[in-house]
Amino acid sequence: MNDSAVLAAVGEKLSSVDTITEGLSTVGYIASRRIATAIFIAQNLNKPILVEGSAGVGKTELALSAASWLGLPLIRMQCYEGLDEAKALYEWKYGKQLLYTQILKDKVGDVLEGTEGMDQAMERLRGFGDLFFSEEFLEPRPLLKALQEENGAVLLIDEIDKSDEEFEAFLLEILSAFQVSIPEIGTIVAKTPPLVFLTSNNMREMGDALKRRCLHLYIPLPDEKLERRIVSSRIPGIEESLTKQLVKFVQMLREEDLKKVPSISETIDWARVVLLMHADSLDSELVRDTLNVLLKFEQDIASVERRIPTLVRKSAE
Amino acid sequence: MQETLEDFFRALRATDIPVSPAEAIDAHLAVDSVGYSDRTLLKDTLCVALAKSADETHRFDDCFDMFFAREEFKSNNRDAGDSESEAGDGPAPLPEGLPQELQNSELLQMLADGDSEALAQRMEQAARESGATNIRYVTQRGLLVRRILDRMGLRELEAAIRALNQNEENAGAVNAAQKLTQARQDLFQEARQYLDRLYELYARPYGQQLREEFLAETALSAVEMRDFVRMHKLVRKMAKKLATRYNRRRKQTRRGVLDVRRTLRRNMANDGIPFDTVWKQTKIDRPRIVVICDVSRSVAAAARFLLLFLYSLNEVIAKLRAYAFSDHMSEISDILQEKEVEVAIPEILDKIGFRPTDYGQSFADFEEDFGDVIDRKTTVIILGDGRSNHNDPRVDLMRWIHDRAKAVIWLNPEPKTFWGTGDSEMLRYLPFCHVAKVCRTVQDLERIIDDVLKSYIRA
Repeated sequence: MNDSAVLAAVGEKLSSVDTITEGLSTVGYIASRRIATAIFIAQNLNKPILVEGSAGVGKTELALSAASWLGLPLIRMQCYEGLDEAKALYEWKYGKQLLYTQILKDKVGDVLEGTEGMDQAMERLRGFGDLFFSEEFLEPRPLLKALQEENGAVLLIDEIDKSDEEFEAFLLEILSAFQVSIPEIGTIVAKTPPLVFLTSNNMREMGDALKRRCLHLYIPLPDEKLERRIVSSRIPGIEESLTKQLVKFVQMLREEDLKKVPSISETIDWARVVLLMHADSLDSELVRDTLNVLLKFEQDIASVERRIPTLVRKSAE
Repeated sequence: MQETLEDFFRALRATDIPVSPAEAIDAHLAVDSVGYSDRTLLKDTLCVALAKSADETHRFDDCFDMFFAREEFKSNNRDAGDSESEAGDGPAPLPEGLPQELQNSELLQMLADGDSEALAQRMEQAARESGATNIRYVTQRGLLVRRILDRMGLRELEAAIRALNQNEENAGAVNAAQKLTQARQDLFQEARQYLDRLYELYARPYGQQLREEFLAETALSAVEMRDFVRMHKLVRKMAKKLATRYNRRRKQTRRGVLDVRRTLRRNMANDGIPFDTVWKQTKIDRPRIVVICDVSRSVAAAARFLLLFLYSLNEVIAKLRAYAFSDHMSEISDILQEKEVEVAIPEILDKIGFRPTDYGQSFADFEEDFGDVIDRKTTVIILGDGRSNHNDPRVDLMRWIHDRAKAVIWLNPEPKTFWGTGDSEMLRYLPFCHVAKVCRTVQDLERIIDDVLKSYIRA
């Protein structure tokens, strides 16, 4: 496929909310209407999407699925405290530059042979241009890579809330204009703006400036119906009745007063485990043995443990 | 439709979802790309473009549903069903015997048609024209109802009823008059309901905001008990804001400033050629805060809210140690940590509070029992009025705290002119405080704590 064909194919896939919902489901991501709408608007307005929601509701997964469905490269940047320009955008290959200068030191003598005076030497050197500040010595990091992709890309900036405020401010130029300025080379503008997802766990409030440049998508925990569809799409071999019971059980757990309620990823993991144990329905013992897949805190497990038989019975109804 | 959207933005702003002009433009563009025909799609689109946090998403959903509810004109609906099936298209005939000048009345025609959709639209239009969407107070309701209906042509309707009632012999006319009277009543009913909705949308949140602002500016000692819950929310919001700003340890690389010594050391193996560069860094430590709170009789009125503030601060700052005293110092970190706010605060007040103050004894207890929590990384915040009942203020212990801690901050609920009067030892403590401020309202509290954290924790 040539470039324009790729672009056209992507454009076609993103042409309406319904095609997005369907398309994402072909790669196993069951999207609510709001999620699909967000992607549709993002494509139309060329805006990044800030995805929020508790851990494990499928924020990162959304970006991965979108990339694999659209057939675009996924460029992922994990944020952490202390992340800076050099690791996010670009860096000069300092070591290589230094190595080259060391090796070329002798060559300089040859080049300058026969010149008279400083002026002439300068004149001759100028002919070689900015040898050491060219693309060859430029190490592109995720953000720059995403801008350089000819056919666009899916850029995932993961856990933006872990980064520093300074970094957030630095992202603004890239996210609003899809361009960066490198002093030695000039401004690099994206040929095709990437589809950008930022995810946040709400460790801290994001700045207003950043929020304002993004569309905001909040993914809540799914209702029973949606969760059943998600489980059966993620684990194709699972029995309908088992899915129903599993999901009902998890939904009931979410009503309990827990430190960390199980989210979708935990439901899926649990379903896998239950399937591995060749169970075709839940019973108290099975649940007790596998509860640590769902609940990640000792005190949560302890508080639920006594009520397992009741919950199992209710989930089977 | 643009006007409707603008109204909707106003309703959103009223529920505390800020919509900047730029966001409004974005929303318009987004809506242009999806159209108005599909209601859920419209809702999702606007939500994605305008609501910027989980909390705002919920509020947005509610606001959207209320705003676009457009209640059907129920009473007219029955008629609409009938007349539509009978008359099909084409306007229904007006009742006979109307004077000439009323024959062209828009309102009468709509009523005759039983066209509830048109009536609802007309009412919205009239509401906008008469400025009803600017409603602020419940008391404006009656006046605004009247204005809306006037614009819709109430006068014509009333004239018609009068005219019909005049020829009493004609049974048809009387019947029609009765129908119109009923319709007039329904119209009033609808208009009132519509205004209620407008009030909900535009005015109620505004009133809440007003109350919150008012509360933030009320002196702590004057806040009433019934505002406790609202106050708690307010204080928690504030504490969270402060904590997100300061509760993170950071390392800042000062890029461009080379750490020459470490660079040379690291590159010894490369024959001194600096392949690996090391840059200077500054480390910003997480704040360590010790709060000492006076809950004695003299500050009784404010104590509850000082504790409330402490409680909220404890929820958001990881390493907070809190102490309270009247005449004896006790640690309250555990109570704050483990119990609900409704339980914790009365329990503390019960145990420690409302006794005669003794600053000297309390400081002595503090030195003896908890002296080692203060080191040169700790910021000590003292909340109290400095009134020690003429007991020995033990200024020497204050000096001791001052010398050991990174900073000592005294927040006093009394105005500055009262310091040093009567049994107030404030002026004697003053030299040993890095900062001493008057802190009468929640707003003061926020501003001061913000300043304090900024200058003493980052430095």
